[in-house]
Amino acid sequence: MNLYVPIVVLGALALLFAVGSVIMGSFTGPKRWNRARLEAYECGIEPTPQPVGGGRFPVKYYLTAMLFIVFDIEIIFLYPWAVAFDHMGLFGLVEMVLFIVTVLIAYAYVWRRGGLEWD
Amino acid sequence: MSTERIVGVGAGTKDLATEDMTLNIGPQHPSTHGVLRLRITLDGERITAAEPIIGYMHRGAEKLFEVRDYRQIIVLANRHDWLSAFASELGVVLAVERMLGMEVPVRAVWARTLLAELNRVLNHLMFLGSYPLEVGAITPIFYSFREREQVQRVMEEISGGRLHYMFNRVGGLKEELPAGWLGRVTDAVAAVRHGVGDIDRLIRGNEIFRARTRGVGVLTREQIEQYGVSGPIARASGVDFDLRRDEPYLAYGELQDVLRVVTRTEGDCLARFECLLDQVHASLDLADACVARLKELPPGPINVRLPKVLKVPEGHTYAWTENPLGINGYYLVSHGEKTPWRLKLRSASFNNIQVLREMLPGHLVADMIAILGSMFFVVGDIDK
Amino acid sequence: MSETHVLAEGATLNSFGHDPWWIIGLKALVVFVFLLLTVLITVWAERRIIGRMQLRPGPNRAGPFGILQALFDGIKGALKEDIVPRGVDKVVFFLAPILAAAPAMVSFSVIPWGGVVSIGGHKTPLQLADLPVAVLLPLAMASIGVYGFVLAGWSSMSPYALLGGLRSSAQVISYEIAMGLSFVAVFLFSGTLSTSEIVAAQAHGTAFKVAGMTLHTPSWYAVLLLPSFIIYIFTMMGESGRIPFDLPEGEGELVAGYHTEYSSLKFMMFYLAEYVNMTTLSALCTTLFLGGYRAPWPITWFWSGANSGWWPVLWFLIKIWMFTFFFIWLRAALPRVRYDQLMKLGWKVLIPVSLGWILFVSVVRALRNEHHDVGPIMIVAAIIVVLLLIASFLWERVSASEAQPEEAEAAAEQDPMAGGFPVPPLDAPHYHGVGNGRAPNSAEATRA
Repeated sequence: MNLYVPIVVLGALALLFAVGSVIMGSFTGPKRWNRARLEAYECGIEPTPQPVGGGRFPVKYYLTAMLFIVFDIEIIFLYPWAVAFDHMGLFGLVEMVLFIVTVLIAYAYVWRRGGLEWD
Repeated sequence: MSTERIVGVGAGTKDLATEDMTLNIGPQHPSTHGVLRLRITLDGERITAAEPIIGYMHRGAEKLFEVRDYRQIIVLANRHDWLSAFASELGVVLAVERMLGMEVPVRAVWARTLLAELNRVLNHLMFLGSYPLEVGAITPIFYSFREREQVQRVMEEISGGRLHYMFNRVGGLKEELPAGWLGRVTDAVAAVRHGVGDIDRLIRGNEIFRARTRGVGVLTREQIEQYGVSGPIARASGVDFDLRRDEPYLAYGELQDVLRVVTRTEGDCLARFECLLDQVHASLDLADACVARLKELPPGPINVRLPKVLKVPEGHTYAWTENPLGINGYYLVSHGEKTPWRLKLRSASFNNIQVLREMLPGHLVADMIAILGSMFFVVGDIDK
Repeated sequence: MSETHVLAEGATLNSFGHDPWWIIGLKALVVFVFLLLTVLITVWAERRIIGRMQLRPGPNRAGPFGILQALFDGIKGALKEDIVPRGVDKVVFFLAPILAAAPAMVSFSVIPWGGVVSIGGHKTPLQLADLPVAVLLPLAMASIGVYGFVLAGWSSMSPYALLGGLRSSAQVISYEIAMGLSFVAVFLFSGTLSTSEIVAAQAHGTAFKVAGMTLHTPSWYAVLLLPSFIIYIFTMMGESGRIPFDLPEGEGELVAGYHTEYSSLKFMMFYLAEYVNMTTLSALCTTLFLGGYRAPWPITWFWSGANSGWWPVLWFLIKIWMFTFFFIWLRAALPRVRYDQLMKLGWKVLIPVSLGWILFVSVVRALRNEHHDVGPIMIVAAIIVVLLLIASFLWERVSASEAQPEEAEAAAEQDPMAGGFPVPPLDAPHYHGVGNGRAPNSAEATRA
């Protein structure tokens, strides 16, 4: 656990700095109230009313997020394999080739079905 | 294709259909350089509808013309398109001279041609810098301003102005050309011709730039004819129409062997950029030819002495010129007064920008920036 | 020679976890201050360098060579009004800049600066912390940083910010996959995820035999695993969100992207995060591919002490600044890619190429571990690569020549005076209404 202590220390320092700055920003600057100033910026005209909660996001952003999770997990599988590669010999290679090929099939499927199209 | 994509996105897309987002680009937006406003409707990042909303900079130029005498009109006339001031002045004086039946000294004609071409170079260099800036390349604009400075220097020397030259007069030019000025013009032209190569190499061959502009925002010949698009934008779509060649004014008639009308056939953003770039070279050649001719000409007057009160006889005429951004026309109707009864201004950008409504739908937001940048407009020229 | 020089050699995972608390505190503080200073200097250097590239001097008033410019800008930023627009989600709006800035700094804790040195009698590695899974930390922190961007966009309740936030999150996660894949080959060769040991593994190239000759592989993974390195460079640019991949804040399109509504110190936090990220990505690249803090080979040839004591810090800084300069140079030289081009590059080029490269590397390595002769495989692979390059080159040529427009087909004869007066002829085809000139795959076509 000792290994993680320095990271926590730096994390605390960074967090302190970030929180401190954000809070400080509300005090150091002037405050001049103005109706137009508090509007969201929309190129200098009255903002078009936005649906509550920002509306729905286009689905493709969720799709990207889902694909990311799939492939990210795959990478996480690859890491321990890569680290222990020299100890596993050909068996490790064959196993991982099978795994990568399986993933590639899924990848090809997603590509084929237009999941990677971005319009 | 479409069925597959729906499955890729998730079943029952209809229920999940996202609300279209309305986005206002402008009036204060970095890429409209000025106060053009576009109201666009987005589906995700794709534009489904676009509407240019103009008029934020309307100054009533045409109405103001009606209460100015012909000398004063020139001052106003070079204001609407501040990047083509000299060319816009030219239209007014050409119209008035035609109505008066006035013979303009030959040196003035050639000097006007030279200045008009230098003005064209200045205008194009501006857009050659600002267009890459809009697609994210921040350096070319400084290179183009370096070149602009070369030309600005000779323009400033002769007219005292850097933007609004006010060097045209009815019947000629304001003053005699300074001694040695023509030599300095030759130097400036040579320097620009050399320097434009930097922009050319920095941008024209850039893969990213080509990927963003090729095939994007294609204007068809039909759209151009329907909307009255003119200038380099029209020529980039293969509409080979250039008043300098097709209805020569000034000395262009005698320059036909030097004059090269740059055209492209693709009609996309890249073609428009290339048109502009090549047209700079074409204009520099014309400027050189004008300088050579001016040096040969015998000394003589450069303007005509005008009466104290300049009245234009009753009648009407339409004078149009090939401005850097397209056709700029003045329809002058006179009732024989000191002031015009009506001076209708047909500005290039006004027509060129209308076609956006037709071009933008179907493109990505990012393409909109590439298209807007390649339409080469000046907001003052739209709103007048 | 002082004691430190003798002691100083590469740190391993065992060198960590023994520091007294004050050294931990000191090192954390040094890293923190280093990052803040680096941001200030990078901002200044960027403006000066780009200024030079753009024929202008850049900031040169505040302090010698204007070096205090960034500091004064920071102070000025703090004195600006902190605007919280109406309608924003207040809690999230405050949280987002913190989420962007703090994790960016934490990533740096696993970057090795040098070997073991002696500070106040304690032998300690010049690295804040090392873990058996150290490289995962920057990846994890980058993922947390994404929350900062997407939440900033979402809480602002402005279309520009929302689109900017979504774009940046999609971009960063897309490039993170390719980045993660580019690391696999490195781990394959180093056999560890610990940063200090990866640096140590690049100290000496391993010897191997090709066609009876003993060759030493180059020690830097940038040379040995060039494709991985190139992929990393791409993903590094994508992750940092800078030109040519600065779409989240593409000023021409989305004004300022996710931080459109931010001002004062909150905005500075995003700004800080961007530059800290840039530094961290450079440092990570140095560590994984450029031999970390170890001196480059021409120096080690004639100077054996180059890797001892505090000298490694110098090599480390030089390497980081090389990358920083690279970032700055790109910004001055390139335009911005379009969003779909960016995603296409990430998903359709970088990921399959990385996967293929991993397969190739692992096969070669496995065969070598089994003492097979890998020479023929290498030769075959080289031939395939060369063939592919030639094919792509030819293809490019062919498609380019196809794309050549027929210049001759300029406009047909056109009579500008049709109708005898400068008005459109009366029999002109009638305009058929808005919407006919759609791009081929418009939204409707996609939806239908």
